Amino acid sequence: MSRGVRSMTERPSSFAKQLLGFWVTFATMFKKVNTVQYPEVKEPTAERFHGRHQLNRYEDGLEKCIGCELCAWACPADAIYVEGADNTEEERFSPGERYGQIYQINYLRCIFCGLCIEACPTRALTMTNEYELADDSREKLIFEKEDLLAPLRQGMIEAPHAMYPGTTHIDYYKGQITGSHPSQEIGK
Amino acid sequence: MNNTAILGADPGWVILVKALLIFVICVVLTLMSVWGERRLVARMQQRLGPNRVGKFGLLQALADGVKLALKEDLIPAAADKIVFVIAPIISATACFMSFAVIPLTGKVNFFGHQTIMQLTDLPVGVLYILAIASVGVYGIVLAGWSSGSTYPLLGGLRSSAQVISYEVAMGLSLVAVFIYSGSMSTSEIVAAQHHYWFAVVLFPSFVIYSISMVGETNRAPFDLAEAEGELVGGFHTEYSSLKFALFFLAEYVNIVAVSALATTLFLGGYHALPGLGFTESWLGGWFTLFWFFGKVISFFFAFVWLRGTLPRLRYDQFMKFGWKVLIPSSLAWIMILATLRLMSAHNFPRLVVASFTVGVIIVIFLVLTLFDRAKIKLEESDVLPDLPAPSFPVPAIPGQSRITYVQRSEIND
Repeated sequence: MSRGVRSMTERPSSFAKQLLGFWVTFATMFKKVNTVQYPEVKEPTAERFHGRHQLNRYEDGLEKCIGCELCAWACPADAIYVEGADNTEEERFSPGERYGQIYQINYLRCIFCGLCIEACPTRALTMTNEYELADDSREKLIFEKEDLLAPLRQGMIEAPHAMYPGTTHIDYYKGQITGSHPSQEIGK
Repeated sequence: MNNTAILGADPGWVILVKALLIFVICVVLTLMSVWGERRLVARMQQRLGPNRVGKFGLLQALADGVKLALKEDLIPAAADKIVFVIAPIISATACFMSFAVIPLTGKVNFFGHQTIMQLTDLPVGVLYILAIASVGVYGIVLAGWSSGSTYPLLGGLRSSAQVISYEVAMGLSLVAVFIYSGSMSTSEIVAAQHHYWFAVVLFPSFVIYSISMVGETNRAPFDLAEAEGELVGGFHTEYSSLKFALFFLAEYVNIVAVSALATTLFLGGYHALPGLGFTESWLGGWFTLFWFFGKVISFFFAFVWLRGTLPRLRYDQFMKFGWKVLIPSSLAWIMILATLRLMSAHNFPRLVVASFTVGVIIVIFLVLTLFDRAKIKLEESDVLPDLPAPSFPVPAIPGQSRITYVQRSEIND
């Protein structure tokens, strides 16, 4: 380092310059505060904030999860536990062969990295913006399938039920199912 | 009738009520200042600060106090139990005591009794305050030592070294006040500032006192004793519950006390701002209380402002500043002031006084310039000489010639 640069970086700045800091803090007192009154006021998160997971459904109410465990394999924190099972014609939870029978996410382990979402082949697993996940016991923070499943929207029928008449799992996968059929209620 | 006579005529009950009032004022001020500090610092950081407990969070400090009182009171196994218990009591008591000699108002009607809101008026009032402040240091030292733990011991040593060294500068800055007012009694010093505040007349002393009072109270940027990153909590690391609360109380009462002393000695005490003297008779004289606490609070604001702005000093920088800058400049100032006082007392001709003043100013400038030049020279000499690359892998030490390494074969020769 040359001598000039050295003295510029190492010699303390002038007294007047150091006093500028006092002006900074004084002026800040009259600025608008940044505080959010949290429990009463909740600011929306960023649009793609990584919050609690959700297991999505097709438009007729069948689950998208096929129990493939790719999410569990992708998870770097080993927070997801999945056990798949076979769908039968009497008891069908998802289109196609398999469905996720047990689905658990341990929120004491989850780091909200979103690798599970990237791994999911059917977009069954996505993340919501919900961030209030504090609780007072370990058990309560292991979310079961029923805690994670998306709520039923208009026109959806709670699984298990048959597929939309005249369709295959391919149609489901292509997103061609737009609602439930009255016949799907039968047998429930 | 002077103040001493007025206070001497106080009946016992008035003295008792005053003592109680001082205690209550100190405790309430502590609670309020903890709240005020947190709110102010928060604002300086664009936050809101505590606003949950009570209106505007005013009861936050009280809630914290209750929480502290309800906590488990731990005494470490390695602690010296008796001293461990006594230390916070010494600290808390000492800081309250300094308030006894500070005049809070002018002459007022106190439940039908003409008096001054001052517990007692000692002819050596300011010395008494300094003495009490020194007793307060015992609390810190003993707390650090009796905890039987490393960090409190280091924190206690730092604190006491700091308080003692800044007390020297503080005491010296007060000497100028004594010289100028010709008294050590607080009420007479206030009376001597009837025309001009000492903050104006004795500006250098005021600056030195203001700096050293921050050092004295262990506050930011001089809060090295509580440098969390280095010492955990300092001398009170091992304390909990009410004993910790006492230290906490002592710290804040101390701030109020040094601010009150500064107000008394430099800002005209309970007197109104210049030009507003007519307000002093409002509410039968009680309005002076407003002026007094207004000044104390503005000092308190300065404390908070400092904390919000400045980073903590390094310990050696801090000590260097105290001993090598504050104390010598304070001494020089006292010498100049004493000479001027002597000249005016002996009726020296004006020309002599003026030429002395000009001479002093010239000398100060000369010293400062020489000091600056020496500094620059020192900096230049700091630049490393271009040494040849070392033949042996020993890094060159800045500012020192390389250690010459004599090879074994040469010794054998």
